[in-house]
Amino acid sequence: MTTKVEVKNLTKIFGKRVNKAKELLMAGASKADILKETGATVGVDRANFTVDEGEIFVIMGLSGSGKSTTIRMLNRLIEPTNGQVILDGQDVMAMSKDELREIRRHKMSMVFQNFALLPNRTVLENAEYGLEIQGVDKATREKQANDALEMVGLTGYNDQYPTQLSGGMQQRVGLARALANDPEILLMDEAFSALDPLNRKEMQNELLDLQENMQKTIIFISHDLNEALRIGDHIMIMRDGEIVQIGSPEEILTHPANDYVERFIEDVDRSKVLTASRVMIRPVTVNIDKDGPRITLRRMRENEISSLYVIDNQHHMVGLVDARDVIQLIKDNNRDLSSIINHDVPTVEMDTPLKSMMDEASHSPLPIAVLDDRNRLQGIIIRGAVLDALNGNGGDSHD
Amino acid sequence: MTSLPKLPLAKWVNEFVSWLTQFEGFFQAITNFLNAIINSFQWLFDLLPQWLFVAIIMGLTLYLNRKKQKWSLLLLEFFGFWYISNQGYWRDMTQTLTLVLTSSLIAIVIGIPLGIWMAKSDKVRTVVNPILDFMQTMPAFVYLIPAVAFFGIGMAPGVVASVIFAMPPTVRMTNLGIRQVPYDLIEAANSFGSTSWQKLTQVQLPIAKSTIMAGVNQSMMLSLSMVVIASMIGAMGLGTKVYFAVGRNDAGSGFTAGFAIVILAIILDRVTQAFNQSKNK
Ligand SMILES: Nc1ncnc2c1ncn2[C@@H]1O[C@H](COP(=O)(O)OP(=O)(O)OP(=O)(O)O)[C@@H](O)[C@H]1O
Ligand SMILES: [Mg+2]
Repeated sequence: MTTKVEVKNLTKIFGKRVNKAKELLMAGASKADILKETGATVGVDRANFTVDEGEIFVIMGLSGSGKSTTIRMLNRLIEPTNGQVILDGQDVMAMSKDELREIRRHKMSMVFQNFALLPNRTVLENAEYGLEIQGVDKATREKQANDALEMVGLTGYNDQYPTQLSGGMQQRVGLARALANDPEILLMDEAFSALDPLNRKEMQNELLDLQENMQKTIIFISHDLNEALRIGDHIMIMRDGEIVQIGSPEEILTHPANDYVERFIEDVDRSKVLTASRVMIRPVTVNIDKDGPRITLRRMRENEISSLYVIDNQHHMVGLVDARDVIQLIKDNNRDLSSIINHDVPTVEMDTPLKSMMDEASHSPLPIAVLDDRNRLQGIIIRGAVLDALNGNGGDSHD
Repeated sequence: MTSLPKLPLAKWVNEFVSWLTQFEGFFQAITNFLNAIINSFQWLFDLLPQWLFVAIIMGLTLYLNRKKQKWSLLLLEFFGFWYISNQGYWRDMTQTLTLVLTSSLIAIVIGIPLGIWMAKSDKVRTVVNPILDFMQTMPAFVYLIPAVAFFGIGMAPGVVASVIFAMPPTVRMTNLGIRQVPYDLIEAANSFGSTSWQKLTQVQLPIAKSTIMAGVNQSMMLSLSMVVIASMIGAMGLGTKVYFAVGRNDAGSGFTAGFAIVILAIILDRVTQAFNQSKNK
């Protein structure tokens, strides 16, 4: 993976006595003290992170934690007080006005929290706006704007004015305006906040498609952890202008860096994020090519369970045997397990989300077998594990 | 307090004004320029037959209000112009209209760029604002004196006095309108890589337009309020009729001419408003 954006020590101090405030900050003063002493607000404090090409990088944090400030420093809509932004190896901070304008025109487009549509322009004209600034001819820009509007599912409203649309529709116009530019990087400041759940999901999928098919790099601010977990390749959590944790969704969920992050993920809908491999446990098995009914029965007794998964020498899943059948087999003095194997067992794959197996888990009395792509038994999931994981205790049983 | 001698402010102003008169050529050039505009308007109005003039105004009104017709305005225009013609004030009315249109045109041409400059720079605003206050609150009569000194007698000094008195709303409202453009729209314009000029023409002016037009409308009304005063220095028109009526103590013709001014004011006001709204979709 190549790095698309690299941010080093990025800092923003708002207010008057910025230099004094900066000195204090570097000397380790707290934000409250800096505010008291100089009246300046530290918006973002020495942020360091990298965004890979083609990933969706989600920034989260409570209101006022510095998300919008951070994202606006990437294209210098807000001039950083200190630090560096490296875009494709180029130092954005060192760019002249003209160079910066080129970057804004062609490389990065922004979608705004409050839409920021031009009220005197129609939907189509708004979507054309970025291209118009670049001096693209009318026919081309109309076509590109139309395509973008179609992409966001907003056809037939071309001649309406923004005030005639619902908030969600306006938000999609804002997205189309950014997409019409065909930028390499999309900066999205709570771009889906005004969408209803259904449209939101649709737009998330659209974004995932965009990322996958067109290799767009997307930096996305969200207040919604479920959204972040669903679309993010990496999630960065901010608090009071500082970065608290950066990690993949799973890392964030399973190893929250501190109480703040933990509180953040408290009420997440884990079923959508956690996968089968996260909650499965090591199965007790017997090998059909090696073991007979007596060993099977002993293992059941040792582990106090009434059924066992059967595998072969290659670790392929064969099926399940039940204690009563095993005892019958011993009574009959039969050494071959194959006659009593139940082949009709519930199976899932390693990356199946919990959400899609909740039904199965709650109805099936049998533990669910987790298979890898070569049909080998990697683990089993017992009913309690699913419920546990959804209650926030998930994941650790695997390690 | 009382022992202090009287400040020779009046003397200073007089000296300043007479010092300015040495730039006679400069003021003559301005006078010629103003007369060129005034004469073009007047030439056009003299050329148009009355019925055609009324038809054009009513047609324009119909067009501007095409979304939602205001029949009362059309009636007002029809009967209003009929009244003016009937009372024999037609040419006076067109002279007054010439004065108003010329003053408004100049107020727009100077006022809007000045307002833009004010909006872009706090320093400029700090300097210009008190000047505008001064221009607006100083009794309009006072402008007549230097206006005559520099521009002689006639329409041109009338226009100058009207412009000074009437321009402030255009400047102020332009400044206000541009400053009121929501910051997120400016931010959006910047984020897509606008130049300052693109930002001004594509975002700031279009969004500030109705505010600016409200300022222009006010300027127009103020310059109309100057017509009687301007008539004292030889600016012809309805104002002259009122002025003469006052001199002859003739309440009747004072009223008929004054009423014609009122009609013209209402029509101008409504038509510019309709113009404003129609451009705002
Ligand atoms: N123009 C400004 N002047 C002064 N302080 C500012 C300015 N913009 C932001 N701040 C401060 O910087 C901090 C971070 O603000 P920012 O807008 O980045 O937060 P955010 O995480 O985007 O919040 P939200 O979720 O509410 O959008 C806040 O304390 C805010 O008060
Ligand atoms: Mg924000």
